[in-house]
Amino acid sequence: MKIRPYGDTLNDGKIQLSFTLPLPCNAHGEETAKALVQKMGIHDVQIVHASPLNATFSFYIVYGTTHHQIDPTTITVTEIDSDTLTKSEIEAFIATHFDRPITFIGASTGTDAHTVGIDAIMNMKGYAGHYGLERYKGIQAINLGSQVENETLLEEAIKHNADVILISQTVTQKDVHIQNLTSFIELLEAEGKRDDFIVIIGGARINHALAKELGYDAGFGPKKYAYHVASFAVHLLKQKKDA
Amino acid sequence: MKLNLNQTQINRCRARAKTIADTIQTFIDQSTTVSVERTILRFLSIDGVNPLDVPYVNVITDHIIAEADLSLGVAHYLSLAIEDTGLTPQEIAQAIDQKQLSLKPYQTKTHPNHSLLYPTIEEQLNRVNKQRRIREKTLAENPKKSTPELYVIVATGNIYEDIEQALSAAHKGADIIAVIRTTGQSLLDFVPYGPTTEGFGGTMATQENFKLMRQALDDFTTSHQRYIKLVNYASGLCMPEIAAIGALERLDMMLNDSLYGIIFRDINMQRTFIDQYFSRLISAYAGITINTGEDNYLTTSDAYEHAHTVLASQFINEQFAKNALMEERFMGLGHAYEIDPNLENSFLYELAQAELSKAIFPNAPLKYMPPTKHMTGDIFKGLIQNALFNIVAVTSHQSIHLLGMLTEAIHTPFMSDRALAIDNATYIAKAFKDFSHEISYRPDGIIMNRANDVLHQAETLLKTIQEEGLFTTLEKGRFAGISRKLNAGKGLDGVFKKAPSYENPVMTRLIERLKEGNHED
Ligand code: B12
Repeated sequence: MKIRPYGDTLNDGKIQLSFTLPLPCNAHGEETAKALVQKMGIHDVQIVHASPLNATFSFYIVYGTTHHQIDPTTITVTEIDSDTLTKSEIEAFIATHFDRPITFIGASTGTDAHTVGIDAIMNMKGYAGHYGLERYKGIQAINLGSQVENETLLEEAIKHNADVILISQTVTQKDVHIQNLTSFIELLEAEGKRDDFIVIIGGARINHALAKELGYDAGFGPKKYAYHVASFAVHLLKQKKDA
Repeated sequence: MKLNLNQTQINRCRARAKTIADTIQTFIDQSTTVSVERTILRFLSIDGVNPLDVPYVNVITDHIIAEADLSLGVAHYLSLAIEDTGLTPQEIAQAIDQKQLSLKPYQTKTHPNHSLLYPTIEEQLNRVNKQRRIREKTLAENPKKSTPELYVIVATGNIYEDIEQALSAAHKGADIIAVIRTTGQSLLDFVPYGPTTEGFGGTMATQENFKLMRQALDDFTTSHQRYIKLVNYASGLCMPEIAAIGALERLDMMLNDSLYGIIFRDINMQRTFIDQYFSRLISAYAGITINTGEDNYLTTSDAYEHAHTVLASQFINEQFAKNALMEERFMGLGHAYEIDPNLENSFLYELAQAELSKAIFPNAPLKYMPPTKHMTGDIFKGLIQNALFNIVAVTSHQSIHLLGMLTEAIHTPFMSDRALAIDNATYIAKAFKDFSHEISYRPDGIIMNRANDVLHQAETLLKTIQEEGLFTTLEKGRFAGISRKLNAGKGLDGVFKKAPSYENPVMTRLIERLKEGNHED
């Protein structure tokens, strides 16, 4: 079964785009925009709006029909495969399988000063009605705050005998988060500590696939809360213990 | 008055805020910081960096801290060294860097002859004054519009790209351009040097970058008869130094708020209150409008429940600015449109808050921030959120109207995002131009009740702060829900208690010139 985008008739392939070109806004600019969109596999291209941003840049809103189609059954997603438990299920799981509290240590690292994300996961209050890890029985949550150096985070994790390290990254411009996250993994490996911790990342532009690619155990993006993270972590910790 | 506020209550709030600020001022007057001292050196015309890229002003303060005692103040050492060696301040810096000169011997000497420093300081202050006059003259030549001034940011990381973006926005109708700083600059204890092309989420604030952008905007003014204001950040660990550079290069506005640095950058409170005072004196003299950061509180605490913290902080910031002899017309007190859009009547509460700020600070050019926290990847909804915000901005006559970007939750603005924002605001400014004169608010309606509630809560909070002291308030995390300690945070090691003989000749002259009220040279 193959599908196309939907406008008002199944598989009509309708699609909308908007972008800026480094060209003056005139007939030549419009034709260039059209040709570019055609190259994307879109036909019946209509430049429905064109406006100058200044003397040498122009903005276009475009509708068209894509001739590409896709078979959704061929698409796979890198997803976290552990079950998601509720807060009380997680607390019960910890009580059953561990004879000690689980320590989570977290920070917003590098030059990143955004704390709302890591606080949402770790602090008592939580976010959007979901309590944070600090409120979980059987979990010790240590939030180091923002602008924490990778070296400091690792030192603190070792000092507190942490089971799980949580890293939040919000600023992604020029891939600053990739550099920072890569250097943390390198640091762990250089110190021979990679297997001592479960390491999880999160942030508005983070997903699980990216986390795996960078060598982390998991990654969580928007609309993910403490119970998602804790479910994943306690399952993996148990696996590690049983292994 | 539109909101029927109790003027006596407002007066009481001001009186409390004044006591709060005055208590901190007593502490400020006894102390200095490395950045204050480096600022004095900049007013002595010391410029440039050594072969290792360390600014010469840092070379001197580092040297004094390592070899002697900074609590005497740089003026002490420089006066004595000039007298002794006959070198200029710049030559002294270079000689120290090359280890040909040590200031240590001057530590124990007394009676420095500060009059050796005054000619250079006067010259630099005259330069600042000249820039102020250019601004005032150009603004007077261009008609002022009756709707809010449109403020957009550029943040490419590359100053040359920023210029491209800034000019594009100016063409579209922007009145004010802010060059956002790169992440982490606020924690650098030096000001980088030269033009820069690499930054994350913003561009380095350097004197050369200021100059390049100023020149580009001035060229625009010449060709379009419209003055474009330039904004940067006199904040972080180099607050007064950047204020000085901005004053020399004719920036028009500076974000400048200790409370923001303390809460959101974990900068030590003692350090930044001292720095802020000097930086505000400089801006007051240069005619630079400051922007305060109360809007940010609402990114970590709820905007409906904590609206009064914004108002209380505005009262305090007003008094800090007054202590720095700043005129009200330069106090860009901050506030924001950040209430959760899922809340019923959110628009009415926003309007109430905006009208309230305007009514209480009628002469201040209020800085009004757009929705940020509740912006999502749904850019179509985002455009509507920004439209509602624009309506409030125009209706309540805000002055500095920061435009919201439909892609706020995604990236720093694209050129097209900014253009759409300007179109949106221009359309609404036109459509709602005289709307405010046609409406009044229902006595006992939602808007009036809300405004009075917020004022009432702000008064209660100010009372608490007055009783416990601002340092304690910050330790308790009453603003933005973030707690900071008096003796923790960045930059504390740069705070010094002034020695009995300490003098800051730049501050002395700034205060004299401000009090004389005349800026003639
Ligand atoms: C609030 C805010 C601020 C506040 C931060 C206050 C604070 N203490 O956190 C202040 C005003 C200080 C700020 C400053 C800056 N900001 Co800001 N900010 C935002 C804003 C408006 C909201 C972010 C937020 O709090 N979201 C709410 C939280 C709950 O969402 P979240 O972080 O995604 O978290 C959720 C998930 O991602 C996940 N999660 C997050 N972390 C983690 C970690 C783990 C381990 C797990 C499991 C899950 C997880 O769980 C959370 C709950 O579901 C966004 C715009 C927006 N609407 O998104 C810009 C934004 C993030 N900021 C931005 C920028 C550029 C900056 C500055 C760099 C600007 C500058 N040059 O000065 C500075 C930061 C300087 C620095 N050193 O970092 C950009 C980033 C652009 C990019 N993609 O790189 C944005 C997108 C705005 C923009 N369009 O320009 N900002």
